[in-house]
Amino acid sequence: MVVSAAPAEVEVPRSADNPVSDKPWVTIVWNDPVNLMSYVTYVFQHVCGYPKKKATKLMLDVHHKGKAVVAAGAREAMERNVEILHGYGLWATVKQDK
Amino acid sequence: MEPFRSVRGGGARVSLAAAEASLLRSLVGQVMSLVEPDDLEGPGPGLSPEPGEDAELAALEAMVHGPGADKPPEDPVLARLLPDGYRDDPDAAGEFRRYTEPALRSAKHQAAQEMLDTLPESGGRIQLSQDQALSWLKALNDVRLALGVRLGVTEEFEEQWGQLKPDDPQWSAFEVYAWLGAVQESLVQAMK
Repeated sequence: MVVSAAPAEVEVPRSADNPVSDKPWVTIVWNDPVNLMSYVTYVFQHVCGYPKKKATKLMLDVHHKGKAVVAAGAREAMERNVEILHGYGLWATVKQDK
Repeated sequence: MEPFRSVRGGGARVSLAAAEASLLRSLVGQVMSLVEPDDLEGPGPGLSPEPGEDAELAALEAMVHGPGADKPPEDPVLARLLPDGYRDDPDAAGEFRRYTEPALRSAKHQAAQEMLDTLPESGGRIQLSQDQALSWLKALNDVRLALGVRLGVTEEFEEQWGQLKPDDPQWSAFEVYAWLGAVQESLVQAMK
């Protein structure tokens, strides 16, 4: 997400046919009662670069399921994502995707 | 307030009453002083740094004090504005905080400063560029986060507010919080 990688690149599902050599990490956004749904969608669209439909789906996942994985990839890239999302006031964390 | 409207070519415009402008300035100013690095002796009143000096100050601070703290702030509001980057790994969260918190504080300070710079005390018609509107969006969000945490706001905000009597000291704070939500919502819609 953000500016470094297009969503298409970070959303490739991993499987036996598609092994990932380095340990994959994810960026998670957590639900909080303050951030407006429209604002979270705006950030997913304009900061993460997702199309409106996908941004809205991710926002609804955050809202209804309590969290959503918004990106996956190298640890450094995920940390950068989290830093940027904290700048927008979203509650984001990095996690190793085991 | 007349809600935010889009401006052709990007940005947004709004019309604010003097009382609204003054309320916003006060709240943004409070968040601004909250995110200032706490281990740096701030300049006295009237000696606040010019915009653009923030980066220099942050660099100077990093030089004098080394990287930032590795523990989350004790104040719950500040802990929400500067959250952990890792949830179940205190070591990784501490490491992440040491290297990112000073820049995050400085970025939040800068957005607040940019909002203050473009928000006259007297209110009136205000036109913002795309970048300025983005700073307002971030600064307004930080103010709502701060107030939301102080008030203990949950998803059932309307019910919480409804249970208060109008003479409860918190009632008007809930009213301000609701108004801020409407202001931010209209800005998001104008920026789409």
